[in-house]
Amino acid sequence: MENRTDKNSYTILFAIGMVLVVGALLAFAASYLKPNIDENKRLEKQQNILYAMGVNENDESNANFVSTADAPELFKKYIKKQLVIQGTSVTEDDQAYLIDVKKEQANAKSGIERKLPLFVGEKDGKTFYIAPIRGKGLWDAIWAYVAMDKDMVVQGVFFDHKGETAGLGANINKRFFMDDFIGEDLKDNGVFKGIAVAKGNADPLNNDKSDNEVDAIAGATITGNGVAAMIKSELKLYVPHFETLKN
Amino acid sequence: MGLLSKKDAQLITDPLADNNPITIQVLGICSALAITAELKASLVMAISVIFVLGIGNVVISLMRNIIPSKIRIIVQLIVVAALVIIVDLVLKAFAYELSKTLSVFVGLIITNCIIMGRFEAFALGNGPWKSFLDGIGNALGYGVILIIVGFFRELFGSGTLFGIPVLGDPIAKTGLYAIGYENNGFMIMPPMALIVVGIIIWIQRTKNKALIED
Repeated sequence: MENRTDKNSYTILFAIGMVLVVGALLAFAASYLKPNIDENKRLEKQQNILYAMGVNENDESNANFVSTADAPELFKKYIKKQLVIQGTSVTEDDQAYLIDVKKEQANAKSGIERKLPLFVGEKDGKTFYIAPIRGKGLWDAIWAYVAMDKDMVVQGVFFDHKGETAGLGANINKRFFMDDFIGEDLKDNGVFKGIAVAKGNADPLNNDKSDNEVDAIAGATITGNGVAAMIKSELKLYVPHFETLKN
Repeated sequence: MGLLSKKDAQLITDPLADNNPITIQVLGICSALAITAELKASLVMAISVIFVLGIGNVVISLMRNIIPSKIRIIVQLIVVAALVIIVDLVLKAFAYELSKTLSVFVGLIITNCIIMGRFEAFALGNGPWKSFLDGIGNALGYGVILIIVGFFRELFGSGTLFGIPVLGDPIAKTGLYAIGYENNGFMIMPPMALIVVGIIIWIQRTKNKALIED
């Protein structure tokens, strides 16, 4: 049965029309909503940084951020300095938390010296150094905010991911995994070693804080390896700065 | 059901059991394996698919007389992709927390073959109201299986339901764990999802012999 929708000319016109309509619709939606989305992302970064240094509303077993309404105020209160480390130069920049780590990683690859943001927070008389890092999980990007003391002993972490498997790799942002990192030393006998996400390390309760290992999540081997690799390669870049803190 | 005629009601109830998209039509298996390691993810995915399939079926049904048959598959794909992306953008702008929970599922929804399957098999040949009911019915049928599989996998794999421990604490050895029970780590791996779906199919066909193919 030949009808008008079978004609080539109609098909081509329909395809062009559809592309234009859908393209315009998506472009409009994306640009119209962009300010809201950017604002949400900005607040999320503040929440994540605060979470890592222990400013959060965690209940017994779940990870909870401070509310988005309180985030800007608390961020101002607890984050004393925002540093940008570039080679040996260290500058202060109160927008440093907006630095796109992904972009900086790409810059480093093409030979431009990378900007390393580091946030200095203070809470209850303790100083926290919080570094944003980024790596690869199984399916997509994973990233983290790691709060350390001046000796690179982890004081708190926040992990997140773009698309890890629900119930397995996605659990890196759950407290049972993140809390294991607290107290772990990134160094081994004074030399930077990182923290491995280990299977069968005979320490499921994570009592041994100096073994540079935390217990892995069953069924999430590659995500766990990604976490370990990210910590090792990214935090290593901060070692020279931490060396200067000793003097 | 006073609101729906008997035929319309069947559009909703059939896919729940005797024409279930997963166990009978064997569609949408990949997402059923991927995200059923926990109950919450199963539920979120079920709700998302109900939403997308309900609306998508209506859109395709309204367009059914103007879609050129030669490129109908790609047109269907564009409709579902556009729909999912717009919903994702709106959620990101106004319900950011929720959008983060859903982000993993966006890609899975677009490629879910139940959606393309219903567009192709039903919406292209039926009116918007019937298509809407068909979409809701099939998504519900899909969701029911997801939730059943998610329930068993989370219960036996992690000893929790919706993340809440129900069998005691496996590390402190309380509750069932005190008498030697152990979580079955294999339950949270995708192969076990396939086996659980297989068991559901088996039980369903044992109960209704008419469903057994030669």
